[in-house]
Amino acid sequence: MAQNTNILDYFNLFWFAVLPYVALFTFLLVTIQRYRRRGFTYSSLSSQFLENKIHFWGLVPFHYGILTILFGHFLGFLIPRQVILWNNDPLRLHILEVTAFIGGIFALVGLLNIVIRRLVDPRAKVVTSTADWVVISILLFQVGTGLLVAVFNSWGSSWYAASISPYFWSLLAFSPDIAFVTPMPLLVKLHIISAYFLILLFPFTRLVHALVVPNPYLWRKPQLVRWYWDRRKIRTPEFKVKRK
Amino acid sequence: MDIRSQVSMVFHLDKCIGCHTCSIACKNIWTDRKGTEYMWWNNVETKPGTGYPTKWEDQDKYQGGWEKRNGKLGLRSTGKGRVVFNLFHNPHQPGLDDYYEPWTYKYEDLFNAPEGDDQPTARPISMVTGKHIDIEAGPNWDDDLSGSPVYAENDPNLSALTPEQRAQLSAIERLVFFYFPRICNHCLNPACVASCPSGALYKRGEDGVVLIDQKRCRGWRSCIAACPYKKSYYNWSTGKSEKCILCFPRIETGQAPACFHSCVGRIRYLGVLLYDADRIDEIAGRPDNELVDAHRELIVDPNDPAIIKAARENGIQDDVIRSAQKSPVYKFVKEWKIALPPHIEFRTLPMLFYVPPMLPVMSSFDGKTVKNMSEGLFPDFDKARAPIEYLGKLFGAGNNSKVRYVLKKQMAIRTYRRAVTVGDVEMEHAEHMLREADCTVEEAEAIYKLTSLCTFEDRFVIPPAHREEAIEMVADPLEYKQSVGFGFKEEVKRGL
Ligand code: SF4
Ligand code: SF4
Repeated sequence: MAQNTNILDYFNLFWFAVLPYVALFTFLLVTIQRYRRRGFTYSSLSSQFLENKIHFWGLVPFHYGILTILFGHFLGFLIPRQVILWNNDPLRLHILEVTAFIGGIFALVGLLNIVIRRLVDPRAKVVTSTADWVVISILLFQVGTGLLVAVFNSWGSSWYAASISPYFWSLLAFSPDIAFVTPMPLLVKLHIISAYFLILLFPFTRLVHALVVPNPYLWRKPQLVRWYWDRRKIRTPEFKVKRK
Repeated sequence: MDIRSQVSMVFHLDKCIGCHTCSIACKNIWTDRKGTEYMWWNNVETKPGTGYPTKWEDQDKYQGGWEKRNGKLGLRSTGKGRVVFNLFHNPHQPGLDDYYEPWTYKYEDLFNAPEGDDQPTARPISMVTGKHIDIEAGPNWDDDLSGSPVYAENDPNLSALTPEQRAQLSAIERLVFFYFPRICNHCLNPACVASCPSGALYKRGEDGVVLIDQKRCRGWRSCIAACPYKKSYYNWSTGKSEKCILCFPRIETGQAPACFHSCVGRIRYLGVLLYDADRIDEIAGRPDNELVDAHRELIVDPNDPAIIKAARENGIQDDVIRSAQKSPVYKFVKEWKIALPPHIEFRTLPMLFYVPPMLPVMSSFDGKTVKNMSEGLFPDFDKARAPIEYLGKLFGAGNNSKVRYVLKKQMAIRTYRRAVTVGDVEMEHAEHMLREADCTVEEAEAIYKLTSLCTFEDRFVIPPAHREEAIEMVADPLEYKQSVGFGFKEEVKRGL
């Protein structure tokens, strides 16, 4: 009996105290290295050009859904107290839970359409790599377990803020306290583990496009001009002297 | 005043024979790679026709170019507020079928087919999927008016015509068409640059060539929707957009771009124009019917001492200024005013200008003599076979007087040269026509010469690029001896 508990402990330790660090450091190192060495590969790799009909029904719901959900997870992680306070009022709790659930459904529907699209359209198939299928599978698992958790372990927004958020913070503080997660139901554990796999595989797949979203556009001037050298400086006498 | 230099172009449509040599030259150099098979950075269309991609001029369909909203210029397809939403699915992006599915043939079947009663055939194979396809469209599917009831009649420019005029256009005896070769216009107010969320597109300061930084491009596809000329393309294999680079490696070494160099009809001219970058916004916002003149106003006189001074202060080298003074483009556009920008109403301020074709055969043959069909000095342009409204829509933003001016001048010069060489027209009559057409004898001779007797050096006045100075500023050239070059040296390969 005692033996068994021990093995389980090791398992828990591996999944919740080792894997997250492996994932996180791989993520950091590889994304940076890939950006520096193979920056050309940072692209949305859009296939809208090849298949323009199902595309809308897949990509739009998926992105809006997943971004809503991600934002929610982020809030619960960053400001757990405020989330719990907000949830004190049952009406507000319901609003939050329903929004999150709809986000999840959007993401799931989008993902399913993405799968169908890449299976049935011969052109979309041409640009679908094995890595794409791996990403899609994990995402499906991730969104699926997330929705199941929402159904079977309700009021996740509250217990996530109360227990998972401190667990994440303990990870960040480099003193992982897995006591927060070990008592969690299996579904929740699976959801967390698959999230680590997503982070781990992130730098090796097309997911990196999320890191290069176009923020400068919002404040740059519309027209861009690049000079190969400073056109005013090159005319200055110092430069001419330097050339001789 | 912010004087900059721009490598600019003129295509003389009367001389284009529609041979597509230019397109092939470009394809062989730049777009024979996977993912670019469908791209024709240079393509030649038959007009009237829907072009490539089909109906590209119809901005209700593609939402390309700029529009004025509450007095301010904005892109039709995107903007700061909309950019993020367009990332996931760009609602105005053309798909492969708007161009055509590129194909090759399964030639090995010709050799490998077992012996039989029938001649073996090479079936068409899609270059995207590798599967057999039925060819339904091509880059010049409506070449020479083939399939006109489907293509020519859907030309967006025909909206300027009355139903009678449209009917006449396709009447057998009056059928009329001309060729319209197109490349990227390397615009002064490029919609593609302004739309790029990643800031990957830019205009080169030194010569105005518009380029896409392949390393910065993230495949958001905004430029493809935003360019009203549909001259930015999406490489479906690498996940990056690509466009005409005006053969800058050739220009930098003093050679004309491949499509210019190979042009059989010698319709193409290239040279520097100086312009005042401070005025771009104001000029691009003028009302439609003023746009042609306003665009010309933006281009400044390279012989004016004040301009030369301002140009030098801006770091433009003396030999570039000298090159601008000899520019054939300057003559066509500014001095003679016979080259017009295509669809200036898209407001990107294109720097490729066209001499509109003298399509109208303005005489009739009654079996014995050729007769001028009109009573006046000039043939009646408004009754010409290609209605002036049509050309006006293409080259004048609806301002037909701009096109009429060009046709008149060309007609007068033709008559004048006929008086000189054949002698069956009174010189007095010819000179009268020239005066009416706002043209002197000297100008007529100059236009005649640059149109008909032009040499390579007359057509292409390529400014020195001074890349050596640019390179010396950033690196020691010897350091790179025997290596690939100064750009990035990474393998150009699609990501996972
Ligand atoms: S023609 Fe299109 S791609 Fe070329 S510079 Fe103008 S807007 Fe950009
Ligand atoms: S090579 Fe010259 S003449 Fe031939 S199609 Fe092209 S532009 Fe026209």
